[in-house]
Amino acid sequence: MAHTIIRFDKVSKFFPGGTKAVDDLSFEIYEGECVVFLGPSGCGKTTTIKLLNRLEHPTDGTIYLNGKDTSKIDVIALRRSIGYVIQDVGLFPHMTVAQNISLVPRLIGWSITTQETRVDELLRLVDLEPSAFRDRYPHQLSGGQRQRVGVARGLAADPPVILMDEPFGALDPITRAQLQDEFLRLRSKIKKTILFVTHDIDEAIKLGDRIAVMRTGKIVQFDTPKKIMGEPADEFVKDFVGKDCGLKLMKLLRISDIMVPALNNITERSGVVEAKKLMEERKSDILLVVDDQGVFQGVIRFELLTNRNQGSVKGLMDRDIPTVKTEEEIRATLELMLKKGVVWLPVVDEEERLKGIVTMTHFACFFSSEGWNQEGAS
Amino acid sequence: MESGGGLLSILSYFINNLRLIFKLTLEHIEVAMMAVIISTIIGVAIGIVITRIKKLVTPVIGIAGVIYTIPSLALFGMLIPFIGIGVKPAVIALILYGQLVLIRNTYVGITQIDRAVIEAGKGMGMSSWQFLGMVELPVALPVIMAGIRTAAVMNIGTATIAAYIGAGGLGWLIFRGIASVYTEQIIAGAVPVILLAIGTDYFFILLERFLTPPGLRHRS
Repeated sequence: MAHTIIRFDKVSKFFPGGTKAVDDLSFEIYEGECVVFLGPSGCGKTTTIKLLNRLEHPTDGTIYLNGKDTSKIDVIALRRSIGYVIQDVGLFPHMTVAQNISLVPRLIGWSITTQETRVDELLRLVDLEPSAFRDRYPHQLSGGQRQRVGVARGLAADPPVILMDEPFGALDPITRAQLQDEFLRLRSKIKKTILFVTHDIDEAIKLGDRIAVMRTGKIVQFDTPKKIMGEPADEFVKDFVGKDCGLKLMKLLRISDIMVPALNNITERSGVVEAKKLMEERKSDILLVVDDQGVFQGVIRFELLTNRNQGSVKGLMDRDIPTVKTEEEIRATLELMLKKGVVWLPVVDEEERLKGIVTMTHFACFFSSEGWNQEGAS
Repeated sequence: MESGGGLLSILSYFINNLRLIFKLTLEHIEVAMMAVIISTIIGVAIGIVITRIKKLVTPVIGIAGVIYTIPSLALFGMLIPFIGIGVKPAVIALILYGQLVLIRNTYVGITQIDRAVIEAGKGMGMSSWQFLGMVELPVALPVIMAGIRTAAVMNIGTATIAAYIGAGGLGWLIFRGIASVYTEQIIAGAVPVILLAIGTDYFFILLERFLTPPGLRHRS
């Protein structure tokens, strides 16, 4: 099992007047995972993450970061070691983008050149051109750009843990989707433990490795998006994740989850005879052709070979074949297949190397067995 | 003493008493600006303190408001038994007058800062002093500067009356002129005071503009 980086041990937070914002929470978060705290407003999700960087103080219980009791760590040092990104961004209006981003590095005494390099690196990471944005002021940025800077600022001092409190909540749907996609891209590049708060189930499914569904200060269910949707713990979770979770689940799956290995492939240098023999063996009238590096070239069909007995398959193959990438979404792939009128597609990786195939039958099989639950499909 | 009041005689009074008028103008500026500097230090400090201790906001601004309403001549008079006459009670009175606008503007300037900015600053691990120096004061600066400007212009005016308790300044000419019905002398005090007030206002407008961080300039 992965290393535990954060542990809540029987943590409660009562506000004056007796409101239980957080009620006896115990859970663990592993290094490098993104945990989404999901729930309606007032469920205690924001309070929960603020307990970690001590913007809120627990009434009861202990929170451990890397095995250390956070209440015993100097609060300033603790906060500087945890990135913090919030919905309203909170950029300092009198500072430039660069000054905003380099704030924590400046506080902890990085050299000016290291700060400058870091700022440019982070701006590129969040897809803002450094030379154009470095010296701008927050009021000269759009909402989406501001939040990108906010994210860059949260990452500035390279903290191992990042808290994100509805970071995309105030953005319009298109910008939000864009930033979510970038968030995923970012996560594939940098290894961070992320605690992410949202009330948007779609966002939670899209971004979370695990989701903690919260209600009135308690975690109702803490599980992977698949499990939350497939096996909701109770009526509350079921209602909250909604009726169309089958479709939502589809967003989570990638082609690599449902493809099967391509068995009937052949190199382009193979001869016609060899190809015919293979077709016979596999009881197949189509072969996938690859080059020596395994890069997909096209297909060779039985009817093209009938009257030939020599030469290589290279000149005979059909090169005009659509392919799909392993990381493609299921829904987009289905759309492509319907549009092209094909029942199967070769699957290739980033370097166009053949990885397997998907067929309509695979989709059907997959959804009728694992990953697709009956209620969700109804 | 003759009191004609023609333009020519006014001009000749000016020319004949240039050194005196110059000396009194300097005195005037000295009293007003000394008070501005000291009351800024005190007022901004108190303003910061009440942003930290919210319980004090109402009483502090209330007291400063009461002081502000005391007629200046009455306040000068009140100070005489304790401090006597001269520059000292004048400066003290001006400091007291300036407090309302300085405390209030500092308080407003700091408390108008976006909640998200405060939360981000805290969450990123800025100490209270760092946040004050790096965020609160720079962001509040335009509002504080506006307070200082108001206090400075007000001081130029009130310092005129302070001549009555022996603080010198251009008020001295005015009071003397009134007492002896000497129009030229009155005008020799009044015109420089008016110019001084306008000039002070303009100077602080420029200073405010210069000190406002570039990122905040779009606001005004």
